[in-house]
Amino acid sequence: MERKPIYLDYSATTPIDPRVAEKMIPYITEHFGNPASRSHSFGWTAEKAVEEAREEVAKLVNADPREIVWTSGATESNNLAIKGASHFYSTKGKHVLTIATEHKAVIDAVRELEREGFTATYLEPEPNGLVDLEKFKKAIRPDTVLASVMLVNNEIGVIQDIEALGNICREEKVIFHVDAAQATGKVDIDLEKLPVDLMSFSAHKTYGPKGIGALYVRRKPRIRIEAQMHGGGHERGMRSGTLATHQIVGMGEAFRIARLEMKLENERIRKLRDKLLQGLQSIEEVYVNGDLTHRIPHNLNISFNYVEGESLIMAVKDIAVSSGSACTSASLEPSYVLRALGRSDELAHSSIRFSIGRFTTEADVDFTIQLLKDKIQKLRELSPLWEMFKDGIDISKVEWAAH
Amino acid sequence: MAYSDKVLDHYENPRNVGSLDKNDPHVGTGMVGAPACGDVMKLQIKVSDDGVIEDAKFKTYGCGSAIASSSLVTEWLKGKTLDQASEIKNSAIAEELALPPVKIHCSVLAEDAIKSAIADLKSKQGK
Repeated sequence: MERKPIYLDYSATTPIDPRVAEKMIPYITEHFGNPASRSHSFGWTAEKAVEEAREEVAKLVNADPREIVWTSGATESNNLAIKGASHFYSTKGKHVLTIATEHKAVIDAVRELEREGFTATYLEPEPNGLVDLEKFKKAIRPDTVLASVMLVNNEIGVIQDIEALGNICREEKVIFHVDAAQATGKVDIDLEKLPVDLMSFSAHKTYGPKGIGALYVRRKPRIRIEAQMHGGGHERGMRSGTLATHQIVGMGEAFRIARLEMKLENERIRKLRDKLLQGLQSIEEVYVNGDLTHRIPHNLNISFNYVEGESLIMAVKDIAVSSGSACTSASLEPSYVLRALGRSDELAHSSIRFSIGRFTTEADVDFTIQLLKDKIQKLRELSPLWEMFKDGIDISKVEWAAH
Repeated sequence: MAYSDKVLDHYENPRNVGSLDKNDPHVGTGMVGAPACGDVMKLQIKVSDDGVIEDAKFKTYGCGSAIASSSLVTEWLKGKTLDQASEIKNSAIAEELALPPVKIHCSVLAEDAIKSAIADLKSKQGK
């Protein structure tokens, strides 16, 4: 049997923690009741489990359980927050502000609002991936109804200053939505203190199951959203649909474990990341994408100059990582996030996102460093660009015949 | 994306990687593609006085299919006359390597590299 690659793609998804899986199983089999059934114990048992999970999710981010609305995941939460609030408050104005490096679930929800007649600003971050507070403030208009900024970026792992951005939104009376899909269990979130109105969560980035997420909807001051899903009036009318008890139980348990263990876990992961970074930086011509200080320890995004992205991914098939380049189509598309940081197409293409998690070992990191050293050397021996660089030729000044 | 065994073989064990002396009057150098497009191929041929390709070397910045296409043509070029070499078509390369439609441009680039190397040689020799 072929050996499985080493998994270093925790930002794409995480395995379900065995403790989470164990807790979920009874709610698939014996406790199968519909949490909305009020007339018998099957329903009561399911409802109790759902409410306990809601408390756990709220506890991780210091919110009131009544502020947590279950959804199918962060994509739905982002859509519900952005479209739901913009629709509800559209009499105030029809302009939405977001950042060019947001997840597609935010960008595309805002694009949909544009199709409906809203206008939008996609603010470019600084070259380190962080949002400039002054530029953010200037981008707010009198008709701005909502701003959406992610807490942790999925590609480069940088942490935005949500508190400062939220305060600007408060001053300008703009509703503030934060996509925190990549943040739970990695950075402290205190919604009693943070000036945030809406926040999206996902279970499967935090060792919970796929297909379940939540949206935080602030009660004081109360934020109203227009439902995107209509039906039985579940979740106080904000999101209809029978609750997936076992998924919800899984998310609750995953967030409970995150709350209890994140401090120790993050210290361990930071050591592994630092080791990986040090090892990879011993290779010539590598560039870290995104700020290294304001960043979760789980993420390392590095460009390897003079090596082409797709051949790089082929070369490192013994590890499971993400590439900054989508080579599935005939036209190569470099990562829009890296492009927004001002990276050249070549550097964007030759980037790898390493994301470390709960089950990564030091041996995994050692293997990865050695693999990259060997393969980068091999590909550079093949690369005419590397040869030119070594001969002192400035490749950006060469006139290439585009094809 | 699934690669054919032949592409994987050339990618894992590329043939004739390296460089020839570009100032040698018997060496023609072709450099085609652009870094921004994701492929750059450098192909060099060394031709005897009676017009037969004695040696061919390549370096390629590009995907597995681009590396395989250029590696393959270095094998094909050796022993051919310049006229025979200029008849190598991209379709033959694509067929040999079983390239999927999105990778046809790699074989086109390899054909262009051959033409460019021959043109360089001819201009050097004043033909």
